[in-house]
Amino acid sequence: MENTHITYSLAILFLPLLAFLIQIFVGKRLPRQGDWVSISAIVTTLVLASLLFVDMFQQYNPNFKIEASFLWMDLGDFKIYLGFLVDNITIIMLLVVALISTCTHIFSLKYLEGDVRYSRYYAYLGLFTFSMNGIVLANNLVSMYIFWELVGVSSYLLIGHWFEKESAANAAKKAFLTNRVGDIGFFIGIMIIFTAVGSFAFTDIFASVASGTIGGTTLTFAGICLFAGAMGKSSQFPLHIWLPDAMEGPTPVSALMHAATMVAAGVYLTVRIFPLLTSDALLFVAYIGGFTALFAAAIALTQNDIKKVLAYSTVSQLGYMILAVGTGVYTAAFFHLLTHAMFKANLFYGSGSVIHSMHHALHKKHDHETDPQDMRNMGGFKEKMPITFLSMTVSTLAIAGVPFFSGFLSKDAILGGTLSFAQHHPQHFLLPVFGFGAATMTAFYMFRMIFMTFYGKSQKPELYADIHESPKEMTGPLVLLGTLSIFIFYTLPHFNPFSTHGWFTDLVVAKDSFVPGNISAHTIAEHAHHAHIPAMILSLSVAGFGIILAGLMYLKKSISADAWAKKSGPLYKLSLNKFYFDENYERFLYQPLMKLAGKIAYFDWEVYDKYFINGFGRFTSWLSAISGKFDYEGIDQGLVDGVGHATQKMGRSLKQIQTGRLQNYLLFVLAGAILIIIIQAV
Amino acid sequence: MDQLTNYLFISAILFSLGLFGVMTRRNGIAVLMGVELILNAANINFVAFSRFGGMDLSGHIFSLFVIVLAAAEAAVALAIIITIYNSMQTVNIDDASSMKQ
Repeated sequence: MENTHITYSLAILFLPLLAFLIQIFVGKRLPRQGDWVSISAIVTTLVLASLLFVDMFQQYNPNFKIEASFLWMDLGDFKIYLGFLVDNITIIMLLVVALISTCTHIFSLKYLEGDVRYSRYYAYLGLFTFSMNGIVLANNLVSMYIFWELVGVSSYLLIGHWFEKESAANAAKKAFLTNRVGDIGFFIGIMIIFTAVGSFAFTDIFASVASGTIGGTTLTFAGICLFAGAMGKSSQFPLHIWLPDAMEGPTPVSALMHAATMVAAGVYLTVRIFPLLTSDALLFVAYIGGFTALFAAAIALTQNDIKKVLAYSTVSQLGYMILAVGTGVYTAAFFHLLTHAMFKANLFYGSGSVIHSMHHALHKKHDHETDPQDMRNMGGFKEKMPITFLSMTVSTLAIAGVPFFSGFLSKDAILGGTLSFAQHHPQHFLLPVFGFGAATMTAFYMFRMIFMTFYGKSQKPELYADIHESPKEMTGPLVLLGTLSIFIFYTLPHFNPFSTHGWFTDLVVAKDSFVPGNISAHTIAEHAHHAHIPAMILSLSVAGFGIILAGLMYLKKSISADAWAKKSGPLYKLSLNKFYFDENYERFLYQPLMKLAGKIAYFDWEVYDKYFINGFGRFTSWLSAISGKFDYEGIDQGLVDGVGHATQKMGRSLKQIQTGRLQNYLLFVLAGAILIIIIQAV
Repeated sequence: MDQLTNYLFISAILFSLGLFGVMTRRNGIAVLMGVELILNAANINFVAFSRFGGMDLSGHIFSLFVIVLAAAEAAVALAIIITIYNSMQTVNIDDASSMKQ
């Protein structure tokens, strides 16, 4: 089976790349622009990933692990090995990526029907899936970094799919550049670790951490640097700014990137490197995650764009996962990554479905002014789009943390871990406050979205008549992922909606951190177990509070949202304007940078180019003039011509004795003979 | 003054006369006559060295050969001069300069 695992993993990795290559080169010439190529490739990867998944169940071994590596670069003592690591986390992640990617491929059939760059779009989807699978399969930091950057590139291409729109082009640039900031940290972290350890492979690094080859402040710093990469990809504060803008990409892409793949890559990395994070680094991770969770949720409260709500909700949920890693319950983080992938992808598809039908309705009316993504233009879609409504509601229940749905289990595990962490470190009481605060807000804004979109009276009755349920290609994924938001799929073979106990907890078991002195996984689990019941009660009550408040405000309208908005005044404005982050970055970061760049450019052009470079040019031309003069007048005219002249002159004078008179010659001969005789005699 | 020296004197005078003739005459035939004198001066030298130098008859034999050669040379040279005269109506060697550069 070992070889089969590697073979399957390789196939899962390279099939999407193959699809990408076919699409990019011949896609346009194939029938149906070749979408079937991509879809068959991705469905094959789904089948292979499912086979691996089934095999994982048959083995049911929490310590299952296969590694294979090959020598990639050999420079004497400097050797780089690349390779694959297949364990339970990898297999689950591969299945998630394959599943969401398949759904995205199928969903896009209708969503992007007739798009100008249809085959190009499918090509990029393939590239993206390939890169993500590469991250998932990496057993070392170098290949992870390579695929990490590939994800960055393909996300750039996908977000900027409609690059004719300036906002989309800018969003793509922003996503790429913001990610670069984190990636630099990631790279520095890799280099620090390589300098200390001499290897990129996780196994070697963990061994060195355990033996103390690398430790203390260096390891803390290296850990934080590596985490910076995750902050970029998983859009953690303060690098969260790119994700909401990335909603400019096609909605299925948002589902793929912001649910299962790109942003999950950061969490996945943090889960992978958890064993080397020191307690200080973990604290940093926890605070970043916790703050992001609360802060993004606060922004999502007031957004009116349906996709913006989901975007900030994603940032917030990612903050949860990071918080969980920071507090030590990293399997809970991975669990939430898994459940979140399903329900968040579903929510994005649902919003895509709504936007799609809004688009069609607007198109019929020849209305190009109304924003199809603004929830204030929706309302009462429940009857018109029952499948979308149902599946979105299920996912919303899941994300809000309502029992019987998947999100409840994973969120509860995270909040329990956070609560127990604070119980044992009372000085960090803020972390559970972040967590539960975000949970309240999540419940509130998600139901606000549902109520505004699907309930109540339509805000635009003239559009309402043309709203239709989306085609099968779009509702299919919705039904599938909506079903997967139900708890049972994560707790099999047990049936207890209030306990995470099930195959996941059996197969993904937290390992001890390799950092000497960190508390053991067992102790963490013990603590979390004790905090389980109070955390559950707390999270249930905050979720209930959020839902009821949303219901009162947007369903019953017994509390006026506008009045509250007015009352909270500046706070409301802060949230609506996303805490002025973009503006402040613009003012304090971009503009000074641009100014600095302008000054440097001025110096470069006006001083360096004009004086130094041009001066150098002038000096050279002056020098060459002298040299030319010397060459022409000295060498050519003097030496070269001189030889000619001298030869000519000599020839002319020697010509004089060539009289043609034999007797003259004879005279010379005589003179010569006499000369010789005289010399002989002397 | 022994006898060899006398002969050599005669020979040298003859040679100088011949050379003078060769160098100063414009007439081709006169030049040829000068050449004959030079050759005969050489002959006298051969015979004189052979006779007084204690050698066998090889000097005599040499001078016989020189006479034969001189006859042959005179035949060829006269033929050339006749040809030049035929084409240029002159035997003045200075005028026969059409091959001069």
